[in-house]
Amino acid sequence: MTERYELQCRECRTSVGNRPSSVCEECFSPLEVTYDYDDIRTCLTREAIAQRAPGIWRYRELLPVADEYEATLPIGFTPLVPAPQLARHFRSRRLFLKNDCFCFPTLSFKDRVVAMAMAQARRFGFEVVGCASTGNLANAVAAQAARAGLRACVLIPADLESAKVVNTQVYGARLVRVAGNYDQVNRLCSQIADAYHWGFVNVNLRAYYAEGSKTVGYEIAEQLGWRLPDNVVVPMAGGSLITKIKKAFDELVKLGLVEPKPVKIFGAQATGCSPISTAVKAGQSDIAPQKPSTVARSLAIGNPADGHYAIQAITGSGGWAEDVSDKEVVDAMQLLAATEGVFAETAGGVTVGVARKLFAQGRISPDETTVLCITGNGLKTVEALQGRLELPEPIPAKLAAFQEHIADEAEAVAV
Amino acid sequence: MSIQVLIPTPLRKHTSGAGQISCNASSLPELLGVLGLSYPELRRHICDEQGQLRRFLNVYVNEEDIRFLGGSDYRFSDGDEVLLIPSIAGGAS
Repeated sequence: MTERYELQCRECRTSVGNRPSSVCEECFSPLEVTYDYDDIRTCLTREAIAQRAPGIWRYRELLPVADEYEATLPIGFTPLVPAPQLARHFRSRRLFLKNDCFCFPTLSFKDRVVAMAMAQARRFGFEVVGCASTGNLANAVAAQAARAGLRACVLIPADLESAKVVNTQVYGARLVRVAGNYDQVNRLCSQIADAYHWGFVNVNLRAYYAEGSKTVGYEIAEQLGWRLPDNVVVPMAGGSLITKIKKAFDELVKLGLVEPKPVKIFGAQATGCSPISTAVKAGQSDIAPQKPSTVARSLAIGNPADGHYAIQAITGSGGWAEDVSDKEVVDAMQLLAATEGVFAETAGGVTVGVARKLFAQGRISPDETTVLCITGNGLKTVEALQGRLELPEPIPAKLAAFQEHIADEAEAVAV
Repeated sequence: MSIQVLIPTPLRKHTSGAGQISCNASSLPELLGVLGLSYPELRRHICDEQGQLRRFLNVYVNEEDIRFLGGSDYRFSDGDEVLLIPSIAGGAS
């Protein structure tokens, strides 16, 4: 088996090879996957990538899988689309959506990371995979475990949206609802991982799993014609995605696949759970944990494990972080849908709402290329729109009734 | 003040395999001192050069994050259960 990667401590740089492990045993800091970039530079070219099927595996040399690993699922390579109507609202001239509402198979960017975790579960011989989740990860783990023939045990906060619950159970996963918030679920998972020989996606497989998020960054660059954007706006829960998008851009520069260019990284949170944006705005390098209370449940992590690194990625890039109220989140969901025809989940409302704020504050320049990361599908969080959309009374199936019904529609023109 | 400290597996090689330690301490700084006397290796791994608890280690008292209870100022009660859990981050180089 040829593996061109290994785990290394993020802080003390101790190498630990490849094994299921959650932290450095020397200093308890996080582990990070490192690669032999000199080796990768010789084989990974734009032309080689162009020959490969669309999906995350076209960047496989930069992912923690052995050369022999048979990756088959067409995950990722979601659309990067211009958003001209939304741009007009922001007075932006070059705005794009990276739209993971359509990620295969469970309609969120978590499909990317879980693909990495499944490869490791195979590699290390786990028969059960588990995770703590605010919903999207639960869906992705349940679906991909079913496909891989592994058992899945998924722990969620008890108050999750019903679509996320159904979307986990339908695949046959064992669902454990915990009376508590995500941070409590996550702490419990750490203890479970200690006691059971399971592959815990966000515990002992986390360093590998998180690498899947880099593919969002590779795809943005490739879909922009192998160019980096000027700005990227990313929703933050645990803070991992934003750090991995930065890592992806840095790697592409290191490998000569794109021209070096400073990219400003902007982080988005809901005010009701904003430990990272609060720290950035206060100029602090560490987060103070919060008790989440927000409609954006997929982002409701009050003690984000990657908070420290997310802050570094944002401030080191000259970016910023902002947060928006629940009302602004839902307003932004509706704005995105009405302007661009994209129905994103609440996290998408957070990203769009924060982008609106950043443009208004002048932190993002209208002439620059800006990409908003839309990470999950709105059908998963329809509850958020409760009270916003009125269900019309049914009308008789008669033309006259229709005409009366539509009379208030000024633009309705009878042919 | 007698409290119970639960030790996660990766730390147990520094506690001669003990998963649970009873000790007397009234606050977190005092607890770190007490643990350091019995298990100097443990202290070296969980504290930085300044003697502060490492950034990525979370402390829970009776399942609540100690930062919500006042952190170092929190006074332990008799029978408190203290849990040390590494904060698991993905990081980025």
